[in-house]
Amino acid sequence: MNGKRDKKDLWILFKTMFVLSACTFGGGFVIVSLMKKKFVEELGWIDENEMLDITAITQSSPGPLPVNASVIIGYRIYGVLGALTAVLGTIIPPMAIISLICVFYTQFRENPYIATALQVMRAGVAAVIVDVTWSLAKNVYGMKSVFYTGLMAVAFVGACFLNVSAMVIILTCLAIGVINVIITLPAVRGGKRHESAC
Amino acid sequence: MSLLVKLFFAFMQVGLFSVGGGYAAIPLIQAQIVNIHELMTMEEFTDLITIAEMTPGPISINSSTFVGTRLAGFGGAALCTLGCIIPSFVICLTLAHFYYKYRSFSGVQTVLAALRPAVVALIGSAGLSILLLALFNSDLNGVRFSNLRIIELVIFLLGLFLLRKYKDKVGAIRIILGSGVVGTAAYLICGMPV
Repeated sequence: MNGKRDKKDLWILFKTMFVLSACTFGGGFVIVSLMKKKFVEELGWIDENEMLDITAITQSSPGPLPVNASVIIGYRIYGVLGALTAVLGTIIPPMAIISLICVFYTQFRENPYIATALQVMRAGVAAVIVDVTWSLAKNVYGMKSVFYTGLMAVAFVGACFLNVSAMVIILTCLAIGVINVIITLPAVRGGKRHESAC
Repeated sequence: MSLLVKLFFAFMQVGLFSVGGGYAAIPLIQAQIVNIHELMTMEEFTDLITIAEMTPGPISINSSTFVGTRLAGFGGAALCTLGCIIPSFVICLTLAHFYYKYRSFSGVQTVLAALRPAVVALIGSAGLSILLLALFNSDLNGVRFSNLRIIELVIFLLGLFLLRKYKDKVGAIRIILGSGVVGTAAYLICGMPV
């Protein structure tokens, strides 16, 4: 899995996670879409479907999403050492920032420049996520499957307008996937089962 | 039991049981730190959430660092954070191992195919809520078009345009930092927001 990678990639991995973690506000999906942008589109280390699978695993595991995603991506790039490197890159920025803020909390909270910068950066983050969603949705739509496109639409409505939690959506789709396997399996093994029944 | 050991195990539980990320961790941290161990008051805890919202990084990492620093200095911060991520690390490493071992099986592929559209939808939904927060400073129910912030709208459209148009050249990080610089400058010229 890490055959062709050399030590330089560990540094790139660390640097990427560090920077992403340092400038990402908002929930876990925000950083996951930034990771997708970086590792799939910019570095080409991970393919797009794999990134979506990683996101699903990340979402269904306990703990902070960015840390979970770092563990899996790091493991994919450079084994256990990669996972450690990626997690370190992800947790150092928030730890450093919070430690500093603990010291200067009042000044930080009342500084209008910091408050404004934090607020407008959200617009940039939104642009990145909409861009990522755009590309991903185009690919799902491109599968020309009414089923998967419909599933995406229903999940979107559920998440946005009905306040269905991400966990419930992921588990429901997992169940749909498993049912799908059960339905399609007998079709493949049909002949064999028939024999054993006789 | 010494304070440090108590903190370590408190945050290990937060890490282990906060399924669903982000906001799911808040009530767990509150239960551990405010209610069970009484290490912080509710006011301090509210401050903590505010800071965690205003700064980058996962909320549980932010809070473990904050609580650790306040109660036991930098060593405390490191220990709390470690406690918080150990469950993630072990569980995700195991899942990643099995994923890469079995993902080429056709049955596994069928299951994953149903998961992918859901993940795309969830990412899209996160995008929508952060967009509304940026443009209207509210969630879906509180959108009033009179509250639309023009500077943020322009930055968003410009950022999206650059990302779509120059796919390979414009990195995500540059867009975010750039929007911070351009937006702050724009607010300085137009006068600060109230």
